[in-house]
Amino acid sequence: MLNNLNILLPEIFLTLSIFSILMIGVFIKESFNLIFNLSSAIILFTIAIILNSSNETEKVFLDSFTRDSFSNFFKILILIASLFVLNTSKVFIIDNKIRKFEYPIIILLSILGMFFMVSSNDIILFYLGLELQSLSLYILASIDRDNLRSSESGIKYFVLSALSSGLLLYGCSLLYGFTGSTNFDLIADQLIKDNKGAVFAMVFVLVGLAFKVSAVPFHMWTPDVYEGAPTSITSYFAVVPKVAGLAVLIKFMFIPFSNILSEWQLIIIFISIASMILGAVAAIVQKNIKRLLAYSSIGHVGYALAGVATGVISGYESSIIYISIYVVMNVGAFSCLYLLKKDGEYRENISDLSGLSKKQPLLAISFLVILFSLAGIPPLAGFFAKFYVFTAVIEQKMYALAIIGLLTTVISAFYYLRIIKIIYFDDSAISFDPVKNSVAKLSVLISCAILITFFLYPAILNNLVDALFIN
Amino acid sequence: MNFPILSTLIFLPLISSFFIFLSKGKKNNFSAIYISLFSSLATFILSIFIWYSMDFSSSEFQFLEEQSWINNFIKFKLGVDGISILFIVLTTLITPICIVSCINSVKDRIKEFLIAILVLETFMIGVFCSLDLVVFYLFFEAGLIPMFLIIGVWGGPRRVYSAFKFFLFTLLGSVLMLAAIIAIYWITGTTDVTQIYEVKIPKEYQNLLWLAFFSSFAVKMPMWPVHTWLPDAHVEAPTAGSVILAAILLKMAGYGFLRFSVPMFPLASEYFTPLIYTLSIIAIIYTSLVALMQEDMKKLIAYSSVAHMGYVTLGIFTFTKQGIEGSIYQMISHGLISAALFLCVGVVYDRLHSRMISTYGGIVNYLPKYSFLFIVFALAGLGLPGTSGFLGEFLVLTGAFQKSYLVAMLATFGVVLGAAYMLWLTKRVIFGVTKNEDVKKMHDINKTEILMLGILTVLVIVFGFYPAPLIETFDISVNNLINNYEMAISSEGIK
Repeated sequence: MLNNLNILLPEIFLTLSIFSILMIGVFIKESFNLIFNLSSAIILFTIAIILNSSNETEKVFLDSFTRDSFSNFFKILILIASLFVLNTSKVFIIDNKIRKFEYPIIILLSILGMFFMVSSNDIILFYLGLELQSLSLYILASIDRDNLRSSESGIKYFVLSALSSGLLLYGCSLLYGFTGSTNFDLIADQLIKDNKGAVFAMVFVLVGLAFKVSAVPFHMWTPDVYEGAPTSITSYFAVVPKVAGLAVLIKFMFIPFSNILSEWQLIIIFISIASMILGAVAAIVQKNIKRLLAYSSIGHVGYALAGVATGVISGYESSIIYISIYVVMNVGAFSCLYLLKKDGEYRENISDLSGLSKKQPLLAISFLVILFSLAGIPPLAGFFAKFYVFTAVIEQKMYALAIIGLLTTVISAFYYLRIIKIIYFDDSAISFDPVKNSVAKLSVLISCAILITFFLYPAILNNLVDALFIN
Repeated sequence: MNFPILSTLIFLPLISSFFIFLSKGKKNNFSAIYISLFSSLATFILSIFIWYSMDFSSSEFQFLEEQSWINNFIKFKLGVDGISILFIVLTTLITPICIVSCINSVKDRIKEFLIAILVLETFMIGVFCSLDLVVFYLFFEAGLIPMFLIIGVWGGPRRVYSAFKFFLFTLLGSVLMLAAIIAIYWITGTTDVTQIYEVKIPKEYQNLLWLAFFSSFAVKMPMWPVHTWLPDAHVEAPTAGSVILAAILLKMAGYGFLRFSVPMFPLASEYFTPLIYTLSIIAIIYTSLVALMQEDMKKLIAYSSVAHMGYVTLGIFTFTKQGIEGSIYQMISHGLISAALFLCVGVVYDRLHSRMISTYGGIVNYLPKYSFLFIVFALAGLGLPGTSGFLGEFLVLTGAFQKSYLVAMLATFGVVLGAAYMLWLTKRVIFGVTKNEDVKKMHDINKTEILMLGILTVLVIVFGFYPAPLIETFDISVNNLINNYEMAISSEGIK
């Protein structure tokens, strides 16, 4: 029994720390800074615990919880992304007067939920993790509660997400009803093509998961929530839950649904193509940069899903590589937004960026690198992300998916170029105030350095990801 | 040879651009200019050294470098043969000339401009060195970024439209090539070019793959009807941008046909020859006629580039020794001549800020030295014997006559049209009556301008009379290319 607890060490540590800093927050006045720093320390410490734990596959508590290299990889990715998102946004949080000590605690709670999602091997545990994550995200979206738009986005996200959770739960219960088990491995054995009811259930589960990663046609909430929520929360939304959502999606495809590949493959292909096209086309007309990044993230999820749609391990690996590089690009892109302040207000309109290259050349060139990387232009890392995905897709002879995907990259290149045009070609409109946010500057530089130098040793991610599917 | 000399060549400009980035910007950025000039000259000398120390009696790739790159299935493989080395030397020659030319003409943000040029040089050399399809694609596409910025930031009034058109046209063509590259990987199990030559791609795949590569090269070349981005890009780009675009970027496509399309898909190349002939002839005749009508000097030269590239595609797809050697020669000579013509336009543009033919007239009375050089290049552009332009066109036409009289006749007719627009341009700009008072106030070209144009004049005339150094360089490689092609065709015929 004690051995079993050992396997849950990161989760236990995270839970206990959350409770203790919650106590600190309640009893100490003006404790935002303290709690914030403690949260970062907790994240770092959790990373250390996970790095120290073994990558051997262990299933505990009636096989409902797995610890393996797959879950460890995603946990570390989630933690690192959260660490960057949290620390780059600190100045923004203080400036926007949302310095509530609950802020970092709720983020930690959502991380805890995601931990259980990626580690779950059982529908019930998975659903609990998902709900813990979702509830935390509802609160985060409306954390700026005196702001109408923030509250609106929170409510909107809550209503739609609750609906999708309902569908997901309905699918889960059908799955239990038709396979007689809640365990992923046992479901996989029972879930065959002839089990029509269970296939029906699979569709509901897919709908719920597609909502969580904001894939078309379940993307409606994304632009509004991204725009309405404070930028610090948007950057969290754009990065971390996407990673967890994709991990769970891959896990579902890989374990419980592995025997009905032909049934779900078409659905994923459709979702993937629809996301790529909508992400590319709808972003063209956007004026708000957060809305634009929302549509761009929908498009990127489409590419990541194209890898999942192959239904083979090399495809899943390419999706994981894609989402890892996506994290780097988006952390960099949002860090840039923290540096655009004018008269005490953070600017979000794309037109405000005009002529940025003359006033802040370093920021402009970093933005340029990130945008070209998002567009997937070589030699930047974004190209390799797409390259791996399309290599996997073409290996499975899914030529239509590959061609549509590649053509949408051209369309999406247009709106990234439009931002670059505004930054570089247009005359400068406003000069931004200097922002004392060295963490954001550092993270922009780190992400640019990764994106530029990635081509020197692109095998580094493959080596990491190759180990994930050995079991 | 263990020293990675080609990697050094590729990354030398990139590293020096990093130093320029770090250099402190004084008012006129002398340090940036010196660093870039020095590094581009060093690159040039290095490339000459490689050219000099190559073995021309072998068609094998030389100075091979291999580095495991993407997860042991794609290698970072570099190498040069007789064909590619000439393009590398052309690149390294044109770059310092561009840097010299922009000292006078680029007033705004010169440091960034030099960085863009040097980064672009890295990518261009990379294109000609790469022996792996993915590495090739990486460099081929990466060149879009600096060129997009060069046009967009330092360009003329319609620069945004032109930059977008350039970027999106090229990207659209190229993504299909990327799909084809990945497909080749799954068909043959490798993206290493030399291995693909050996493996032979099955016939049923060749046509589609050829079309995918064609979509990319046709846009880049540019071939009619996807040439429309080129006049826009040329007109709006700053002088140095136009020079690089015309002299080197357009050659990537011709090089791509020679390196990839023909040897990898010989059967498809044979199958699509009529298509190429038709498009080439349309390019030669139609764009020559369009060039006649232009009122903008840069646009006229841009359309003439399309026509000249028509000879290149025509020559390559004759699959004769004369045709292919002619098209390589034509590419090199067009690289020199078009670069020189754009520089000539740049010289007067710097003085009067107009590219319109009607602005000028009677220049010969006020700028005699300039007029002399301009006429030399205009005559070279129309293919006058004694200039390098003649040899290329002559060889291409000789090759074409072996294949089809009709095609050769039509192409020859294009030579006449070429003479028409070039001579008419010369007549209107250099001779005639000076109507514009400003023209009289123009001062003749200064020493740096004479230096840039003089080097190109010497080369154009030397290679017009003495083609041996170039032909000897690529002769064996071209023989090898044709032999392999004919073997592939005949082995298919036996089946």
